[in-house]
Amino acid sequence: MKAWLHRPALWVLPFLVLGLAAQEAGVRLGFIPQVMIAAPTAILGKMPMLVAEEELLERIGLTFGLTFAAAALAILAGVPVGWALHRFRLLNRAYESWFVGLGAAPLILLYPLFLVMFGRNLFTITLMGFMVAVIPVVLKTREGMDGVRPVLIAVGKSFKLSGLRLFWKVQFPAAVPVIFTGIRLGLIVSLINIVALEFLVNIGGLGRLINDLAERFETAAMYGAIGFVVAISVTFFVLTERIELWLRPK
Amino acid sequence: MSAGALAVEHVGKRFVTPQGTVTAVEDVSFSVKKGEFVSIIGPSGCGKSTLFAIIGGLLDQYEGRVLVDGHTVDGAHHDIGMVFQEESTFPWRTTIENIAFPLEVAGMPKKERLEKAVHFLELVGLTDFAHRYPSELSGGMRQRTAMARTLAFEPKILLMDEPFAALDEQTRLLLGDQVLRIWRELNQTTLLITHNITEAVQLSDRVLVMTYRPGRLKREVPIDLPRPRSSEVVGSVAFGQLVGQIWKDLREEASRGMKATEGGRND
Ligand SMILES: Nc1ncnc2c1ncn2[C@@H]1O[C@H](COP(=O)(O)OP(=O)(O)OP(=O)(O)O)[C@@H](O)[C@H]1O
Ligand SMILES: [Mg+2]
Repeated sequence: MKAWLHRPALWVLPFLVLGLAAQEAGVRLGFIPQVMIAAPTAILGKMPMLVAEEELLERIGLTFGLTFAAAALAILAGVPVGWALHRFRLLNRAYESWFVGLGAAPLILLYPLFLVMFGRNLFTITLMGFMVAVIPVVLKTREGMDGVRPVLIAVGKSFKLSGLRLFWKVQFPAAVPVIFTGIRLGLIVSLINIVALEFLVNIGGLGRLINDLAERFETAAMYGAIGFVVAISVTFFVLTERIELWLRPK
Repeated sequence: MSAGALAVEHVGKRFVTPQGTVTAVEDVSFSVKKGEFVSIIGPSGCGKSTLFAIIGGLLDQYEGRVLVDGHTVDGAHHDIGMVFQEESTFPWRTTIENIAFPLEVAGMPKKERLEKAVHFLELVGLTDFAHRYPSELSGGMRQRTAMARTLAFEPKILLMDEPFAALDEQTRLLLGDQVLRIWRELNQTTLLITHNITEAVQLSDRVLVMTYRPGRLKREVPIDLPRPRSSEVVGSVAFGQLVGQIWKDLREEASRGMKATEGGRND
């Protein structure tokens, strides 16, 4: 009982169980057609098949890896660009609205163009994942750096810090919470876009698997695969939280 | 000349803003002897913090010059330590990590710097809170953390900008005692900005009164009272006279300041 109170994250469990039970009942009693939504037990029952025949683990690994690569590149490129927008106000005035605009645009619709330019391969998918992820990283890095309280920078300077050392010792840790909001956003949109692209062009990991299963009317197995997309997203979330806490306790 | 003497010569600073130019500090000159305790008092917005930023080498493009032991200062100086007016602890560091910060910056090995930080932790009475984060401390504790952090830098000259402004009267008095004790122990040249006349007279060898904008030196008041400033000294006629004299100077400037702000000038 106590453990429950101390872990509010678990409070969602009753609702989850209730929802799954309703789903199970709905399908079994015939309120919900089986081709549209499968019963949770049926989804679970498909797991051995997914692993044995559909290379489930490899597919999960592939989607995870592509998203990870896209996001890692987005961080490597996005944080310095965000820093530059913060540091050079003129750059910010010139490009900020472009980044905001691109962030709002459905870039995924450009996929035919990218296929023509770069081919129907995993590189193209990663590239598109990178493009959507880098924008929130850039914008949130700039915002985070702008928001660092001037007195903290003054403290650093009074101890004779400057340049890169001032950045790593003061500005970066101070901006970490905001930068990580951008990184998490980037990871999520990157995952969504990568799975969508895998689905659309039928290559890669889970997106392709979902497409295959849907075309074969393997509804239960398809929901199983979708569940793993959610699992990847949760994994990334927990991972970033850990790294953030390590970089900046509190 | 022994180390820790400070001289400020014809220092001035103008801020250019879209609303116009503000002369924050104008032609301020004074010098402080090694080990001396000097308070600076002046109406809000008169340029005290700006003056400190100049002395601490945090501002560029100002008029005049600042000398430490006869040498012109350019940028932050290892002999000058600053305690800021605003809350300035690093929220991602525990008390002890905050205090060890300047040592870490100086490249001292971890074990050594933590040992040294413990000393300053004790000095400000925060031993029991070594591993707490600032969010778990009271305002006064955070201010003491910031003070210990600056002391760990071991500056010969200490600049403190209203370190007690946000605190209640009792904490203020206790911290004032602590500052005096630390000052006697470390024998640092100390400049203190304060709004509190009694505090200034009680703590200082000399009080500098500043005018409202542009901030100039209006008067230098030597405090020739015996130390330690026991309650007898504080209750004496001489003490009261000094407070009265400074208050008279300050009231003129403060009311000038009030009128200026009421008149809609930016502040
Ligand atoms: N970076 C800045 N840009 C523009 N104006 C500034 C800047 N810093 C300070 N000023 C102006 O300079 C004047 C003096 O400011 P300063 O902070 O030095 O006053 P102060 O004496 O410390 O006031 P207080 O007692 O309220 O802390 C103010 O009018 C302020 O508006
Ligand atoms: Mg001030």
